[in-house]
Amino acid sequence: MHSLAESIQTRFPQGVVSVYEWRGDIAVTITRDQVHDVCRYLRDDPSMDFDYMVHVSSVDWPDEEERFEVVWEVYSIRHRHRIRIKTRVPEHNCYVDSMTDVWRGAEFMEREVFDMMGIRFKNHPDLRRILMPDEYNEGWPLRKDFPLQGKGWRDTFDFLGEGTN
Amino acid sequence: MAHLEDQRETIYKVDPEHPGTKDLPILRSEELLLNMGPQHPATHGVLKVILDLEGERITKSTVVMGFLHRGVEKLAEFGTYHQFIPHTDRLDYVCAMYNNFAYCRAVEKLMNIEIPERAEYLRTIVAEVQRIIGHLFWLGTQALDIGAMTVFFYTFRDREILLDWFDELCGARLTTSWYRIGGVERDFTDSLEDKVRRFLDYFPPKIDEYVVFLEKNRIWLARTVGVAVITAEDALSFGLSGPTLRGSGVDYDLRKYESYGAYPKCEFSVPVGRNGDTYDRYWIRIEEMRESIKIVRQCMEQIPKEGAIMADVPSVTLPPKDRVFTNLESMIQQFKLFSQGFDAPAGEVYCGTEAHKGELGFYIVSTGGGNPYRLKIRSPSFIHMGAFDHMARGYMIADAVTIFGSYDIVMGECDR
Repeated sequence: MHSLAESIQTRFPQGVVSVYEWRGDIAVTITRDQVHDVCRYLRDDPSMDFDYMVHVSSVDWPDEEERFEVVWEVYSIRHRHRIRIKTRVPEHNCYVDSMTDVWRGAEFMEREVFDMMGIRFKNHPDLRRILMPDEYNEGWPLRKDFPLQGKGWRDTFDFLGEGTN
Repeated sequence: MAHLEDQRETIYKVDPEHPGTKDLPILRSEELLLNMGPQHPATHGVLKVILDLEGERITKSTVVMGFLHRGVEKLAEFGTYHQFIPHTDRLDYVCAMYNNFAYCRAVEKLMNIEIPERAEYLRTIVAEVQRIIGHLFWLGTQALDIGAMTVFFYTFRDREILLDWFDELCGARLTTSWYRIGGVERDFTDSLEDKVRRFLDYFPPKIDEYVVFLEKNRIWLARTVGVAVITAEDALSFGLSGPTLRGSGVDYDLRKYESYGAYPKCEFSVPVGRNGDTYDRYWIRIEEMRESIKIVRQCMEQIPKEGAIMADVPSVTLPPKDRVFTNLESMIQQFKLFSQGFDAPAGEVYCGTEAHKGELGFYIVSTGGGNPYRLKIRSPSFIHMGAFDHMARGYMIADAVTIFGSYDIVMGECDR
């Protein structure tokens, strides 16, 4: 196992669900209740020192019991290492702790995850839609059960030069 | 009538906190909301910012975006890996080559493909030329936004020369789609190589020309020095990258940190700012153009004269174009790759590339099969806008234009 994953494992023996290493990337899946503590540890511990927020993302696995996967990827400028922290979120209880107080860049990126997949972030200062319009109510576009062509809202638009008048 | 009376009273009320103004009537002050955009010419696309103002100072700003959202990440899930390359052009439409490069690198990491040496050099040369184009575009438009119009004509003159090369190289000026998974679409012609060499001598004096217009221009200095300062710690926490981060003194550059392409074989330095203001970000971009010229020059010297431009992995990479029309197997290979795609292994990768705006990354989740299960684009413009409120507070309305100009945002990439 990679040394980064090992240190997280020794520090949070209950928290680590699985470790995934492939093509030089390390991804550690953490339980939902510990993921905030793990991220805080990753930022504050001098041997970790993950100060740079890379991206926040999410993956939809509709057939699995815990449907969503939230992904935070962070990098350490001083140690030049990279890690991906993941956690699973079920659909009926769809929230996870926000990392906005750990890395400030998480604010916009988590808003995007909320906008696209409908995952709620606890303690997020401003959880609104970001790319879709505020009044958009067709659901969450990046979920696997959302059709590519949308759900019909676009067809109700009036365009110039179209229609009877 | 009653409320009018109230207003008059507040207008002439003496401000107890500013004793110097005791004798003067002061104006009633209240917060003003100003909608800036979405059709503001300096927003480089369609971006709206709601500014809370106190006088002309910004106390809070709310970014409203998504006007150019086209659901590119969703589209990616419904096409093959090859089919997605032209979509990446439309992300950052002023610097399409680097988007292609970043995407192809991510897929190559997923497929574990080695690129032939000549192709690596070609890719690096074109990527650096694209960086110069990006910085020229930025310099011209940023100066135009701030009020220095002349620079725009000079930078666009030189940008045109480079875009004409792209035209010669792949038939398109902006939406190029020249990179392929495993290599590049076609080789440089001899005339193109000559043009590249000539440009290397032509361009460095031109950089000094732009600098003359700006570095002794008092308005430019007043509008950039000390404007939109961000500390290194905050910049990192916000996830800023590229010149915006390096302006704050962090030398994070993926070309050095996680080197790729032909960059490890070239000598170049990464300019780093000190103050984290708009001027430092400007200075870094100017220096980066000089470094890019150095890189292209070294690549032109080192590039192998002959060699493959596409990796030889028939299950993934496309056959040479001339053989598609003369050889049955190649034609079948081409047809199958475009209609069904290649079978990617199950797994997930993230691959970041140093585009001229910052770290452009692709996070690909594959469950096997021909299309990505999930594709996430880490676009620097979007992430830079996250820091806008933090950086704009306390500055003037006119500085708002300077600030998002200094990120070099392109809304196509921001909204995806």
